[in-house]
Formats: sequence, structure tokens, C-alpha cells
Amino acid sequence: MPQFPKGEPAPADGLIPLQAAVSSVDKTFHAYIHVPYCKARCGYCDFNTYTSEEIGSSSQGTFAQTLIKEIEFSAGVLDSSSFPSRKLSTVFFGGGTPTLLPAGDLVVILQKLESVFGLEPGLDITTEANPDSVDESYLQELKDAGFTRVSIGMQSAVPKVLAVLERTHNPDNVARAIAAAKKVGLATSVDLIYGSPTESLEDWKRSLQAAIDLDTEHISAYSLIVEEGTKLARQIKSGLVAQPDEDLHADMYELADQMLSSVGFTNYEVSNWSKTVQTRSAHNMAYWKSMDWWGYGPGAHSHVGGVRWWNVKNPAAYQERISASISPALERELIDEENRNIERVMLETRIAEGINLAWLKEQGFASSQAVAELIAEELIEAKAVFSGWIKLTLKGRLLADLVVRKLIN
Amino acid sequence: MSPRANSKLEPSKTNPDFIRNFCIIAHIDHGKSTLADRMLQLTGVVDDRSMRAQYLDRMDIERERGITIKSQAVRMPWEFEKQVYALNMIDTPGHVDFTYEVSRSLAACEGAVLLVDAAQGIEAQTLANLYLAMENDLTIIPVLNKIDLPAAQPEKYAEELANLIGGNPEDCLRVSGKTGVGVDELLNKIIQTVPHPVGDPNAPARAMIFDSVYDSYRGVVTYVRMVDGSLSNREKITMMSTKAVHDLLEIGVSSPEPEPTKGLGVGEVGYLITGVKDVRQSKVGDTVTTAMKSAAVALKGYSEPKPMVYSGIYPIDGSDYPILREALDKLKLSDASLVYEPETSVALGFGFRCGFLGLLHLEIITERLEREFNLELIATAPSVIYEVTLDDKKEITVTNPSEYPTGKIAKVLEPMVRATILSPKDYVGAIMELCQGRRGVMVDMQYFGTDRVQLRYDMPLAEIVFDFFDHLKSKTQGYASLDYEENGLAQGDLVKVDILLQGEQVDAFSAIVHKDKAYAYGVMMTTKLRELIPRQQFEVPIQAAVGARIIARESIRAMRKDVLAKCYGGDISRKRKLLEKQKEGKKRMKMVGRVEVPQEAFIAALTSDSEKKGKKKGD
Repeated sequence: MPQFPKGEPAPADGLIPLQAAVSSVDKTFHAYIHVPYCKARCGYCDFNTYTSEEIGSSSQGTFAQTLIKEIEFSAGVLDSSSFPSRKLSTVFFGGGTPTLLPAGDLVVILQKLESVFGLEPGLDITTEANPDSVDESYLQELKDAGFTRVSIGMQSAVPKVLAVLERTHNPDNVARAIAAAKKVGLATSVDLIYGSPTESLEDWKRSLQAAIDLDTEHISAYSLIVEEGTKLARQIKSGLVAQPDEDLHADMYELADQMLSSVGFTNYEVSNWSKTVQTRSAHNMAYWKSMDWWGYGPGAHSHVGGVRWWNVKNPAAYQERISASISPALERELIDEENRNIERVMLETRIAEGINLAWLKEQGFASSQAVAELIAEELIEAKAVFSGWIKLTLKGRLLADLVVRKLIN
Repeated sequence: MSPRANSKLEPSKTNPDFIRNFCIIAHIDHGKSTLADRMLQLTGVVDDRSMRAQYLDRMDIERERGITIKSQAVRMPWEFEKQVYALNMIDTPGHVDFTYEVSRSLAACEGAVLLVDAAQGIEAQTLANLYLAMENDLTIIPVLNKIDLPAAQPEKYAEELANLIGGNPEDCLRVSGKTGVGVDELLNKIIQTVPHPVGDPNAPARAMIFDSVYDSYRGVVTYVRMVDGSLSNREKITMMSTKAVHDLLEIGVSSPEPEPTKGLGVGEVGYLITGVKDVRQSKVGDTVTTAMKSAAVALKGYSEPKPMVYSGIYPIDGSDYPILREALDKLKLSDASLVYEPETSVALGFGFRCGFLGLLHLEIITERLEREFNLELIATAPSVIYEVTLDDKKEITVTNPSEYPTGKIAKVLEPMVRATILSPKDYVGAIMELCQGRRGVMVDMQYFGTDRVQLRYDMPLAEIVFDFFDHLKSKTQGYASLDYEENGLAQGDLVKVDILLQGEQVDAFSAIVHKDKAYAYGVMMTTKLRELIPRQQFEVPIQAAVGARIIARESIRAMRKDVLAKCYGGDISRKRKLLEKQKEGKKRMKMVGRVEVPQEAFIAALTSDSEKKGKKKGD
């Protein structure tokens, strides 16, 4: 959630235009909760997060209560905007560091969601967690309330790399947290970041092996993105830290795919690997399938019925609006059909199932020339094309944006 | 001595005995326009209030660069020994590209003021025009300008001028166009030494066109010098080269604003307006006569303007092509020497092959196109005209390297020039090295005064059109000056170097170069392109080839990563907008085969590093 996009002003009542409700038919409904707090800010991070020194601890204490009000508000908006009532298909707590809040806070939020919308049976309820901020009793409390999955921000197993990223967690705590999660019966995932300045291919191999040794069902691996405005970007600009090398990134990606495949993981989205279809992140799949979701909390993005909006970033401003029963949305955009289609290509191209070629052709995308070129350049699988799907090859995953451009131009 | 005349002589009735026609020969920044300004003020034709710097330079570009592109004539009254005279100052273009126009301006005069910067001495350019003036039997008045400058060395340069044109150093006038010192003396000297015009008032009218200017309000304004007979208002006139007949809608003199008169008599200088809209109907050098009583023989000296340098001009935005066409059509109205025809380039799209009198002309035209018509343009590297004879005796004229024949070539002729370089003697070594590197053959070397040297070289024009002047300036810390004149054709050992991107020839980068330089050009271009073209998803070989032989090779490594790592709920809008931006960016991409080349890469590759020279300042 770096720079917000440019949108039109969002209405104070938060109401969603009527025609938008129509496009929600056949779409599942999901909830994302953004907890904007961190113990310390990492040098690479441009997410909407605040340390307690920055905003004081008071808002953190009332956060759950404020968020619960947004849940009530959202139910009113959906109802007044003539949306059919839908149970939640996934719930995801992200941040920031959701686990900086007491487990009880996460639980009351989840309970509120359940009482207002209802939960689909067997749904995936995940929280992100910092390895330093969870222990067995904390995780047990979540499990008892219905949470199914925990995603640990591991990033790297190499102290030197963690230092560059300014991650403060103790690497040994990752294994402890995963073991505790498994013990209480939660599914586990770890996030890794590769391509940090000074990180070698050997370092990366070590981190991958450590992640594999944790014996989780799911691993996400992201190449480091140097976002403007971050401390890391300033350090690179001033020459203090070396510019990440894109070719090395490619080597690292290929190494990840090779190592993870060899131990039974399957890549199902550019940056995500899972042991089975069932252990994928169902919540993230909802994003990639252009489903409806409400993002709660400061700076959270929502996408409901062809409308996208984003909340004010500052927690105090967010709280102020919620207290006054004003929509916390700062701006929104009504996504027209053309852009909706473009987003679909952009997102579905990234997933393993790929995107339907016949649908692409109907929208005027994927000229025969472009598809032929993509096959020739070995960016998409020829075999899949013959059965009507565009699926990226390994090489194509590294050039996914280029493939998307070729498909839509 | 009374500086200012109280009355004026009436045009059309002026006794030729009291007319003096003169021009000023000077190098670009030696102060000609400033001196002309002082004359306008001193003679009272422009009052102090409406005076603006460089009054006669009408175009913005002229005023900014301090050079005169189009000449004009101004009639000024001046009293000398109780007699009122009419002085016609004919402003000549100061650049080698416009030699033909200079020669016509000179032909309209009996005298020339040779104006030299007292701090810099005479320059090669001035020598060329001085030579033309002497060929035309003009009386030369040597004048040192800018004597107010602390760096002025009038004694030294007076000596140099005397050496050059004969006479005593004391005969050399010393003026300052800036302060006005010595300008009245100069006007007197013009009356005393320049012969009055001579012609037959009763003969059929003959007037020589020395300039032709397009004015958007009045159409073409033709500047003439009456030689024989007279022209009067409302008469029908004939252009002797084309036999075209026009009505004379207005006749007059510039003083310096146009003043209609009853007519023009022997020796007078003025303008004609016939309502034609295209300067090609009123060509410099042509003779005007009356339709009723036409002259039998035209004045000598007329020739068609001949382009020396060609370049492809393309709009950066392909949709501007119609605007470019219109713009060229408009410029053509005021510049008969500009020639162009449509041309298509694989790399650059639709554009025009344009012919120019020289490099400055090319620069001025592209600048005017960009400035006056708000166009963004790419100009391909300038090329000269090659006369190619094939083995089967077929002859081809090549103005665009990509049209260079691939078949068996028996002989190639290329245009030669005689280049005159003037420089302080310290730089002789560097200049010789430069000229020899450009296939120059020394003709002679001559010392002017104690420290200045003139070197003359015969060399191919092609060696001069590409950044020679910039190198000359940088090797001599800006002190050297250059002039060149056509010097026939010579057989050259030339080859065409093609540049291939992934095996596809990029026409805009083909060049005809001497055999010994093919390798250097190939390496320069392939290296440059490797840096300018972004990585593609496949490896792109860049090759330089002479025929089928590859002489240099570079390659752009394949791009391996082009994907946003994270694409979740909050990233989608941003990502889509990035995609839109990339789509916009693609419009500025040109496809060469499968390779996407940004427009900027073409521009950068076609621009020589030293081309970004500073604008010449006015004085």
C-alpha cells in the first residue's frame, strides 16, 4: 500500500452506486483487517504502519472497538446499497503487525464479523504474525476462536540480510512460532524476501533451506521492491547501499522455484508456493479472482461491486471519522468494464490456472500474433494454449508484466 | 560637419551622382548589426524611441543568434559638404551557406565596408565574402569595430588588414558600433570613396533581384537594385527567367519601414510588391523588366539555388506529419533554396528528405519548424550528394545513405570543398591533425601578421557536414574560423555501413563513409545503441555491416525480470495505472522487427555528442 492511487472523493455515507451491486452476483465476499501497528519500522517497508512512539499507545488500545464500528457501518452500507447478504468466505488480518494487539482483540473483531455477516463453513481465517510477538498460548487463543492459519514474517534466515532489512526479530523465534502454531493445530506459512542489498545467492539458498526445514505448507517469496519514500530508497540513492541487481533477482527466483519444487511445493501464483491446492491462501486467491472484499482499518483498500475505495491512512483520522459515523473512505474509483477486464488479465495471468483464452479473445485481447510471439519466446505454455488457456512458464512468471502488456495491447 | 540631413532626396527622381550603394561585410559576431543600428539612428531614419537592438534582424532566430539570414536594404539620407545624398545600405547574410545570396547582395553595391572586430581580427568567413566583393570590383573601406573594448588591438589588426587588401594601416577607420564613435566619419568616407551608380536612364528597365522575402500580410516583398531605366507604380513587370508577368501593386524604399514611392530610377534600391505568394516566383538573381518595353538581355549572374546537404526530417509524433508538410510549404514561400520530398523510414515513419544550402541552413530550418510550428522533430545525420556509377554504366544520384546501391559499383563521386581555416598559429598542429583525419589535403598555409595563420585544405564535404566545425572549435578553444567553397567532385573509396538490430536493417542509421572509417563508425554506432536501447525479453544483437560482412557487433542482454513481486488488494489500482502509463509509453516506441526502440534512442543516436553547442550570442 505505498502511494495511494488517484481517485474521486468518496461519499461520506459510503454508499456504493446501485448498478455496482449487479456486478457482485457470483462473487464471494471477503474481509481484510488492517492493523497498522509495528514495534519498529523496517527500512524497506512503505506500508501504512505506525510505531507506538509515533502515535502513542492509546489508539492501539481502542483499535478493536473502532474497527468493530466500521464493521457495523459496512453492514449498513451494503444493506442500503441493495447488496444481497453474503457470508464471509475468508478473513485475513494483515498489517503492520496484527499480533501486536492482544489475541482477545483479534478474537472480538472476528466474532463481530461472524455475528454481522456469518462465516462460510470451513473458511480460511488467517493472521499475519511477527515471530517475536506470538507464543503458544496466544496462538491457542486464536485457534479456539476459529482462526485456521498463521503467516509468519520470516523474510530471511541470514542475520546480515535481516540487518539490511532492519528486521529486529530473532531468527530462532521463527521455528519456535511455527512449532507452536503446528502444536495448536494452525496451518502455517512463511514470507521470505530475496534480493536485498548485499544478499548473495548462497545467502538466499540458506534462507530457502531454513524455510523448507520448518516444514510449512505454504511459502511466499517476494523480491525486494525498493519503494520510493522508504529509508532503503534513500540509502540506495545516497550510495550507502547497493542497488539490487535484477538479474540476480531472476537467479534467486529460479533457485527458489527449483528448491521448493524439489520438496513438493507447487507454484500457484508468481510469488506463492503451496504443498496442495487446499493449503493455498484462499484469501489471496480472492484478490486474484477479482472477488468482493471489504478492507477494514486505516489505509485499507476495498473492492466491492466494481467500486474500489481506500480508507484514510492516519489511525487518528480514521478513528475520528468512524466515531462521527462518517465513511472512513478517502477516495474511490468506479472501475469501468474496460478497466475491470484489464485488471482481470493483470491478476489472473499471475495464477497457475491461468486465464481463459476464449474470454480474452471476446474482450479483444490476446491477438493471435501476440499469443504466437509469447509461445515462441517461451513465456507461456504452448500445451495450455492448445486447450484454451494462457499459463505462464517459469520464464514467463519472471516476465509476467510484459506478458500482460502483450496480451492487452 | 552636419551629421544629419535636413531634407531627403525624393526616390525615383534621385540623380545617380548622389546615390551610394554599399554593404557591410563582417563575421557573425563582429558587430555588423549594431553598427547598422547606429547608422539608422545617426541618419535619423529611426528615432531613438523606436530603436531596438539589431533593428534589421527581423526573425527571432536572427536576433538571438546575432546572425543575419535574410538581407534587407535601408535608404538613409546624409549630408556631406552641403549636398544631400541617399545612402543605400544593403545588409548581406553573413554565412557561408548563403554565399549565393551574398554574391547577389554584393552585385547590388558599388562599395563594401569591411568590418573587423578590433579584438579578434579577420575571420575566414569574412575573407570569403571579401573575396567576392573584390571580384565584383567593389570599393573596400576597411573598418575596425569595437575599439571601445579593453581587449581591442587596433594597430595590430589595421596592419593585418593593410597586409591583406593593400593600402596603409592608417587608412583603416576605427569605430565603435556600441558607442557610435567614428560612425559619422564612416558615412562621410562612404560618400567620398564609393563610386556612384552608373546606368542608362533611357534604356528598357533592368532591375536585379537581390532578395525576396515572404511577408504573411503582404505576400512576397522583392528587393531590387535598378540598373537601367526605371520602374513605376501600377506598371506591369516581367520576370526575365520565367517570363511571368505581374502587376506592380506597390513600389517603394525601406527607410527602414516601407515607404511607397512613385517609382525607382537608375542606381536606386527599393522593394516591389506584386501580390505573389511564393518566393519561387520572384527569385534572387533574376532580372525585372517592364512588360511594355522589355529589356532584351537579362543581367548576368542568375543561378538556381543548389542544395549541398540532405537530411531526413521526421515528426516525433507520427500524427504531426500533415503539420510538418504544411510548415515546410510555408517556409518554402520565404526560402526558395529549401527543397524537400516525402520519404518513409522503417525506423522513423513518414517524413521528408530535405535539401539545404549547408549546415547552418539545416539548423535554422529545423529550428524554425520546431519553434514557429510547435513541432518536435528528428533530423537524420546530414548527408551529401553522391554520384554513383554502376558496373553496367548506370548512374544514380544518392542523397540518402539507405538508397545507396548494393550492386556492383564502378565509381563513386563525392562533392569536395576547399576549406579555409583561420587561427592563431598555436593551434596549427591540432588543425592539421583534424583535417588529415578528415581526408583533407593541404593546399597552402599563409601567415597574416605575426601570429595568425590561414590554412587551406581540399576535403570531402561529407567530412565537414558531420561535427567538423565543433571539433575545430574545441581543438582551438574557439579561436579558429572556417569557411568553405564548393570545389567540384572527386572519386572516393566509399562504403555504406548498415546497422542491423536482430538482423533487421535500421535505415536511419546507415551511413556512407570512407572505407578506412567504416569500422570506427560501426563500433561507435553499435556501442551507442547498446546503451540506448532498453533490454528486451530476448537477446538483441546489434551489428554493423558493410554489404554482407559484419564489421562490428554488440549485444543487448535479454531482460529476465519484469514482474511486480506483490500484487494484493492495495496494489491493484496502482498496478493498473502503471500498465496504462506503459501503454502510453509504447506509443513512443518504434518497432524494428520485434525490437522495441524508444524514440529517444533514435534521437540520441542521431545526435552527435558535440552537437549541443551553445547559441551564438548577438553583439
